Amino acid sequence: MDEKIILKYTDIPEQKNIDTYIKNGGYKALQRALSEYKPDEIIHLVDKSGLRGRGGAGFPTGKKWSFIPQNIPLPKYLVCNTDEGEPGTFKDREIIEGDPHLVIEGIAISSYAIGAHKAYIYIRGEFAKGAEILTRAINQAKEKGFIGENILGLGFDFDIDVYRGAGAYICGEETALLDSIEGKRAMPRLKPPHPVAKGLYSSPTVINNVETLANVPRIIENSAEWFAGIGTPHSTGTKIFCISGDVNNPGVYEVPMGTPLKELLEMAGGIKDGKKLKAFFPGGPSTPILTSAHLNVGMDFESLKKIGSMLGSGAIIVLDEDRSIIKTVARLTEFYRNESCGKCSPCREGTDWLLKVYQRIIDNKGKKEDIDLLLNICEDIYGTTFCPLGDAATMPVISSIKYFRKEYEEYINGKCSNINN
Amino acid sequence: MENINILVEKELRDILKKYDYPRSAILPMLHFIQKKYGSISKKDVEIIADLIGINPTEIESVLSFYSMFNTGSSAKYIIYACSNISCEFKGAGEIITFLENRLHIKVGQTTGDGKFALRTVECLAACSHSPVIQINDIYYEHMTIEKMEKIISEMEK
Repeated sequence: MDEKIILKYTDIPEQKNIDTYIKNGGYKALQRALSEYKPDEIIHLVDKSGLRGRGGAGFPTGKKWSFIPQNIPLPKYLVCNTDEGEPGTFKDREIIEGDPHLVIEGIAISSYAIGAHKAYIYIRGEFAKGAEILTRAINQAKEKGFIGENILGLGFDFDIDVYRGAGAYICGEETALLDSIEGKRAMPRLKPPHPVAKGLYSSPTVINNVETLANVPRIIENSAEWFAGIGTPHSTGTKIFCISGDVNNPGVYEVPMGTPLKELLEMAGGIKDGKKLKAFFPGGPSTPILTSAHLNVGMDFESLKKIGSMLGSGAIIVLDEDRSIIKTVARLTEFYRNESCGKCSPCREGTDWLLKVYQRIIDNKGKKEDIDLLLNICEDIYGTTFCPLGDAATMPVISSIKYFRKEYEEYINGKCSNINN
Repeated sequence: MENINILVEKELRDILKKYDYPRSAILPMLHFIQKKYGSISKKDVEIIADLIGINPTEIESVLSFYSMFNTGSSAKYIIYACSNISCEFKGAGEIITFLENRLHIKVGQTTGDGKFALRTVECLAACSHSPVIQINDIYYEHMTIEKMEKIISEMEK
């Protein structure tokens, strides 16, 4: 399948304008959803399509929506998570800047499905341009009657607000995001209750990633069966992979789920300077690192899980043969240390301790026991925190020691002079 | 510095009106003040707290959580250099060293004339265009030392 689903029109500069979007078939899915389907039929359709969350966890979207309680007298909310911050991830920015109406249409249909009359697009503060593009697109959609009261005369009232973050990776965690909108320090909440039961302002709330929501109009336009026919049986549809690091052509590549890593690397022009692949993060640094032995892995939820990693956000970060694993993981550990919100002590103290150990290894003051110390610290962080940030911080450490223990040992023994990068 | 005059207070009230839940107006209000004045003063915090009807310490607590807000004296151009791995692999380190030498400051400092401040930041989510530099609200992509020099000398004028 060569055809793109989400990035089909993002290269056309005018696609941002509603007239071009409509000319390319836009807002037909919304019209169809509101006129031909009841809300629960849309949930059923999305469930049947097999669509799973594209933000990292891969939870089935239709199932998440079906958890929204319908018989309680509380408003319901939909939140589009645009707090793209996992290092190496840059797909959501491409979607909102390239085809903002696709996201808005997806949000409108999804809100209708769960019975929400108000949606928030929570966008990271640094995306000032993206927030502007979205706001302009929302205003255009309001003028045309796709947002507002009694949309298209079909009896559904619906509004969207763009809400800007202000620089904090943790806000990509869904409950921290909710606290951020509520004007609090954005610290993750203990689950349960899950946001579908008690979310924004204590009301039932669905939080979906940009790419997830952008798939929804396509499912309505085509069919659940069509979508389920792309990719693999349990990872349906396409996935936008963000390839960065030591490749010739870094960029976003939308391919069917299950496409082998090898093909994606070829699409990205291969490893830079004719070098060999040493290692890669398949879905951002929060997913365990893999090596050149895994070149043939299919990039989908199940295949990556089978070999001990995860699809994550689809951020493939490539390391060539000359990269230092220790320096790379040290930098990532610094990232988690900087972004830990500080609420749970295992994460707050653990990430700081991990970084201290890495620093002394890099300063050539490392001890042989430090490798096991790193693993012990990870063991104490893993599974002991409110949110997945703590677990995520352990992923690059544990996996890099698993595959590159020898490099750690050599570095500590001072025999690693050839790898400086 | 007294930041907020009556007109600004009216604009803050308009932001507040947009939200059913008053605390949700905190971040939009802080963004608004920063955009207007470059940084957020103690007095601003008190006025926001007063409008929302909560203790100023709660505003401080939100303010200090986020990395994008400035509370001290603000530079005209704040340079945020991404130093995470995808940019680092493409030479972010050299660009940061160049900026330190060119501006005669270290990361975290501001030039004597208050024109430039240099900071390193985590991933800006634009890695296919790395190295990426953000100056105030704008992203500058595929950065090279030559391009950086051009931008800085333009801003020095």
